[in-house]
Amino acid sequence: MPITFMETPVTDKILLAHGSGGRLAYDLIENGFLKPLHNPLLAKLDDSAVFDIGGRLAFTTDSYVVSPIFFPGGDIGKLSVCGTVNDLSMCGATPLYLSVAFIIEEGFSKNDLEKIVESIRRAAKEADVTIVTGDTKVVNRGCADRLFINTAGIGLIPAGVNISGGNARPGDRIIISGPIGDHAIAVLGRREGLSFSTSLASDCAPLNGLVAAMLEVSRDIHCLRDPTRGGLATTLNELARQSQVGIRIEEDSIPIRDEVFGACEMLGLDPLYLACEGRLIAIVPLEVAYAMLAVMRRHPYGKAAAIIGEVEAKHSGTVVMKTTMGSTRIVDMLVGEALPRIC
Amino acid sequence: MCLAIPALIKSIAGQEAEAEIGGISRRISLVLTPEAQVGDYVLLHAGYAISTIDQAAAGETLKIFREIAGIAEGWE
Amino acid sequence: MKLTSEFRNSKLAGGLLDQIRRHSRRHVRLMEFCGGHTVTVFRYGIRKLLPSTISMVSGPGCPICVTANADLDKAIALAHIPGVIITTFGDMMKIPGSNSSLQEAKGEGADVRMVYSTMDALAIAAENPSKSVVFLGIGFETTAPTVAASIIQAENLGLKNYHVLSLLKVCPPVIHALLDSGQVQLQGLICPGHVSAVTGFLAWEFIAREYGIPCLVSGFEPLDILQAIACLVAQIEKGEAHVESAYRRAVRPEGNIWAQNLLKQVFEPASANWRAIGAVPDSGLKIRKEYAQYDAQTKFEIKTAPPLEPKGCRCGDILRGVKTPADCPLFGNVCAPQSAVGPCMVSSEGTCHAYYLYGDPSD
Repeated sequence: MPITFMETPVTDKILLAHGSGGRLAYDLIENGFLKPLHNPLLAKLDDSAVFDIGGRLAFTTDSYVVSPIFFPGGDIGKLSVCGTVNDLSMCGATPLYLSVAFIIEEGFSKNDLEKIVESIRRAAKEADVTIVTGDTKVVNRGCADRLFINTAGIGLIPAGVNISGGNARPGDRIIISGPIGDHAIAVLGRREGLSFSTSLASDCAPLNGLVAAMLEVSRDIHCLRDPTRGGLATTLNELARQSQVGIRIEEDSIPIRDEVFGACEMLGLDPLYLACEGRLIAIVPLEVAYAMLAVMRRHPYGKAAAIIGEVEAKHSGTVVMKTTMGSTRIVDMLVGEALPRIC
Repeated sequence: MCLAIPALIKSIAGQEAEAEIGGISRRISLVLTPEAQVGDYVLLHAGYAISTIDQAAAGETLKIFREIAGIAEGWE
Repeated sequence: MKLTSEFRNSKLAGGLLDQIRRHSRRHVRLMEFCGGHTVTVFRYGIRKLLPSTISMVSGPGCPICVTANADLDKAIALAHIPGVIITTFGDMMKIPGSNSSLQEAKGEGADVRMVYSTMDALAIAAENPSKSVVFLGIGFETTAPTVAASIIQAENLGLKNYHVLSLLKVCPPVIHALLDSGQVQLQGLICPGHVSAVTGFLAWEFIAREYGIPCLVSGFEPLDILQAIACLVAQIEKGEAHVESAYRRAVRPEGNIWAQNLLKQVFEPASANWRAIGAVPDSGLKIRKEYAQYDAQTKFEIKTAPPLEPKGCRCGDILRGVKTPADCPLFGNVCAPQSAVGPCMVSSEGTCHAYYLYGDPSD
């Protein structure tokens, strides 16, 4: 069969052909991904990236479907790197290698894809991780909401580090690394029907640097978790259940920006359930809590860190909160999706 | 019911205003409170100002609360 | 935040609670009519802070919870009509009708969009001239003027594709019905604060005069509720019954005349169906025939099957203040926020939702 060489059609949109393994797909991988994300492992373009690592590994994956894909303070690309880097960091692992897989809706703008890949490059650089393998699929119009990204990551856990949601003990202190809800409100402000303007940006950030600084204070960190979907309340409930302990927090000690507070008041949302993408909750023994806090506050991603509560033996599996008013109430997990309300 | 919160009017254009709620701003309607002025606080419900807030009354109410709690003025 | 955080101050709360404890002698039952007040009471643990002489019961002031299945079914039926965009407040998205919800309808392909304001619904109508935009009008006197304003604005802008399905209700007739039924014995009533910003607090004067029940109009911060309770206790202990406002910063005796006039211009009273209470005369707001072209009930032929009520659900008794969530056999097991049976559990200001979410910590 004769080989026909055709000029690659110049188009500013992603077409089905970009995902089907032919010339257009090859061009996309070469110019769209390999050039900006270049590194020796990725450049091999083998079916798998092959490397040597000795030690205890952490391995995680997450898919990113955020809408809108561009939001103040970031985009889906940055989120996809930071989210997976952070999941590895929450076990105390040093993140090393990531895979990135794109599912692109036919008709997606190449310009937008370029911006997103650039965000991925920058986030990976900041987090000092390497993107070693990837995949691209293009689906028919209407079969994906513009762009979905999956990332998986591998990291190495240093000796003497044993961080798990089941390790919280009565007497431990609970630290949050910064104000809650920034990401959720930054994204919400862009949704149709809810428009409000704010200078607030998403808190999306890689936290491995902060965790490394914390581990230098002490390897005896009991739990780390990032309060993403479901927010602070849901994450604390998960930890309380996993560790079979009670958690008591103080409403007045939880850092929250005025803009987030105002948006919650306007829309009837509870800030305790709002997603953060660049914050962590640390549960640490009392003996190291204040030193840990001081070190966190010296790090760019922990400047507003605060001790918000402690772990107790009673009311196991439940989170209670002392309110601004001085009374105590239960803080449950988020059920379903928290929708803005007018009543 | 009827979530309504204080919002500060920053500017007015016709029957609409730019209002601020703790650092976020939103375009709101003043159709129900045509007497509202820049610098007033209004009660914002579902995008509309439904009442102007009497800040003097708010101050007096807080003063009464402080008296009940036995806290002298300016002392906390 | 100014005008909010000062009204949550714990020292000032302590002062008001002391005052309540000092004066409260008689055992009394107070009702907070309004769902928003229910949320404040539970979120700040106010019940537990009150002396044992005071018990509180929640009333039917949640416009979401009192929307009858038959009415919600109409909205869902409209959502399935091709070319219709339903715009609704977020509150209504997950509320179950007889067979479905707006959220489910959206999942099945209906164009249902959540908005914060009728202003946003009007914008959607302007941006989609080939579609019919129906705004789901649910709320009491606080919200009704915003819906009326949107109809006037649609007229001014010549937006022929904007319609409202009015399920709006007004409070005084249902309070009459509740008190006339004799099913719930009250010694004091906390009246809705933001409804009163529109109606004026004199609108509740009939409760004190005809039923001898003291009434306090309250704001929505915890100190507002405590002040209202303190004033109710003072009246009860003195054997008085009149209407007072503890929300002076937002509520005037006569209310918002502009808003009231707009309501009269666009709506007329009609009978409305309140969940578990039934039809209450003059408690609904129907769009006047001068604005019939904006009335979804006139414009569309809405076909629904006879409504179904969930078996065993006690929302009705709970809404009337006759039972508490703990009395419902479904509460906490079959019916919980993640698998809600009735609206009192689904609605963010439903009594069952508040009970479940804020509960009683074991210590």
